[in-house]
Amino acid sequence: MSLSPLLDVRDLKVHLRLGPNVVKAIDGVDFRIMPGECVGIVGESGSGKSTMARAITRLMPNVNIAELSGELSFEGQDILAMPDGALRALRRGRGFSMIFQDPLGYLNPTQRVGRQIEEALSCDSSRGSNRNRVHTLLDEVGLPDPANVARRYPHELSGGMRQRVMIAIALASDPQLLFADEPTTALDATVQLQVLQTLYRLHKERNMAMAIITHDLGVVAELCDRVYVMRAGKVIESAETVRLFEHPQQDYSRRLIELSTRRLPRELQA
Amino acid sequence: MLRFVGRRALLAIPLLLAIIILMFSMLHLIPGDPVQALVGDYPVPPAYRQAIETKYRLNDPFLVQVGNYLANVAQGDFGFSYQNQRNVLDLILERAPRTMLLASVSFALAIPLGMAIGIAAGTSRRPGVDKFWTTTALIVYAIPTFWLGQLLVMLLALRLGWFPTQGIGPLISRTQGFAWLLEKLRYLALPVLAFGIHEGMRIARIMRASVIDTLSQGYIITARAKGLSRGRIIRSHVMRNSSLPLVTIAGYAFGSALGGAVLLETVFTWPGLGLLLVDSIRLRDNMTVIGVVIFSALAVIAMNLIVDLLYAALDPRIRTTR
Repeated sequence: MSLSPLLDVRDLKVHLRLGPNVVKAIDGVDFRIMPGECVGIVGESGSGKSTMARAITRLMPNVNIAELSGELSFEGQDILAMPDGALRALRRGRGFSMIFQDPLGYLNPTQRVGRQIEEALSCDSSRGSNRNRVHTLLDEVGLPDPANVARRYPHELSGGMRQRVMIAIALASDPQLLFADEPTTALDATVQLQVLQTLYRLHKERNMAMAIITHDLGVVAELCDRVYVMRAGKVIESAETVRLFEHPQQDYSRRLIELSTRRLPRELQA
Repeated sequence: MLRFVGRRALLAIPLLLAIIILMFSMLHLIPGDPVQALVGDYPVPPAYRQAIETKYRLNDPFLVQVGNYLANVAQGDFGFSYQNQRNVLDLILERAPRTMLLASVSFALAIPLGMAIGIAAGTSRRPGVDKFWTTTALIVYAIPTFWLGQLLVMLLALRLGWFPTQGIGPLISRTQGFAWLLEKLRYLALPVLAFGIHEGMRIARIMRASVIDTLSQGYIITARAKGLSRGRIIRSHVMRNSSLPLVTIAGYAFGSALGGAVLLETVFTWPGLGLLLVDSIRLRDNMTVIGVVIFSALAVIAMNLIVDLLYAALDPRIRTTR
């Protein structure tokens, strides 16, 4: 491909201070996403998938960072060196957004969801048109009766609806890149599929690049063009999805694939 | 909502009954002779003792006394204060507004002060700022109000002469309108400062802990991901959510303050319920003691109810579970 990458990460290191020890949560990762591409990041819990996404989006929680280094460039701009104001501008419009595993915890319990979406809209225009845009977004993420949903509080919605609200918030700034951190892990199996279908549709319709973080290789196989396999803070393998599934280069990747395709023993199948 | 309030009001009745009986028993058990207290440091003539004992029915059996009192209270009669030679209810109704004034103005100072310090300490990215406010709040909170009051009197009243040392107003006031208000405020200033600063530090400590807890919540990450500025995040996501624990603590503290700030009122000779309570205990004016305690209990119960309603107003999750 001759196109320049949307996101280009080289030698990213995130070392965290935990008590007396320094944990190398991310230890020299190279990572890239092309415009409009869907990339999967897989690996077991604690392999550093989420930390990497948080570091790239500069949304690290309050932890003690011992070292944060590397080259992070988004459309040629250095994200790590970016001042707060420019970073906010990037988040507010045509930059990157993120959705999270636990939509209930990531929505403010004391505010109606409509207001929380409105707050994320890229530019403040008149109230009426903002409301219309909120309703359009809710409709776009597949929520019926947007006017009604907008008036609800997060605890009044189901898990799948909450995640759709999160997606609407992420889409409000019209991002070029969406990080989805285990977007369906907290949901029922049937709802998982629906939410993934919605994400995929939005990815295609908006030509929006997407990075899906998951431990579920089945999700990757369905949606992603390319996959990064992470383990212990390093990318141990990256390949196009088809190639990875057919010819995994690493034992670890092979085991992950075997685990995800293994069926229940015949006597346990319904 | 109305049903909720009604249920809470009904639940308050057995609570008040228990308080009355407990107070009655305690006052019965403590040593001291009301008749002697009435006379002072002179021997009591036997005829006088008998007259008083008959008049106030001091020799009735304990249960009869409790029963009579409860029956009277049910009719709105809280007894007669033989020390003040007035109805207890009149006495309380005269004193309560002064205590309410003191408590309200103090909390009107304490709540913004405490919230501002708590938010400044909790949201600061520089550890020095947090440490400074945390330490200051702890030290100031550790100073008892009566001593803080004395210090303020020494500095602002005696040395600088800005404020009167004690009391609620001049004996004879000829001021009117705005000047009258200013005069009132000068008398109010020192007790309010002492009380407000003390309570403000308590609120600051709770607010700080709550702000830090709120900042670690996921929705703060979401707000950051939206590209909101720091100030905007604090205003629209941190303040309301972290004031929930504050409502509880400040509400209860305010409720008990309505029952009289005993030490503070003593230090400043502020003739509110606290001072009335101390004087009545000292002079064995049992009817007044019980009356003040009932009023305090009512204030606390009412404030608890208001706290619960406020909680529901602030947190929609509570509204639906009710």
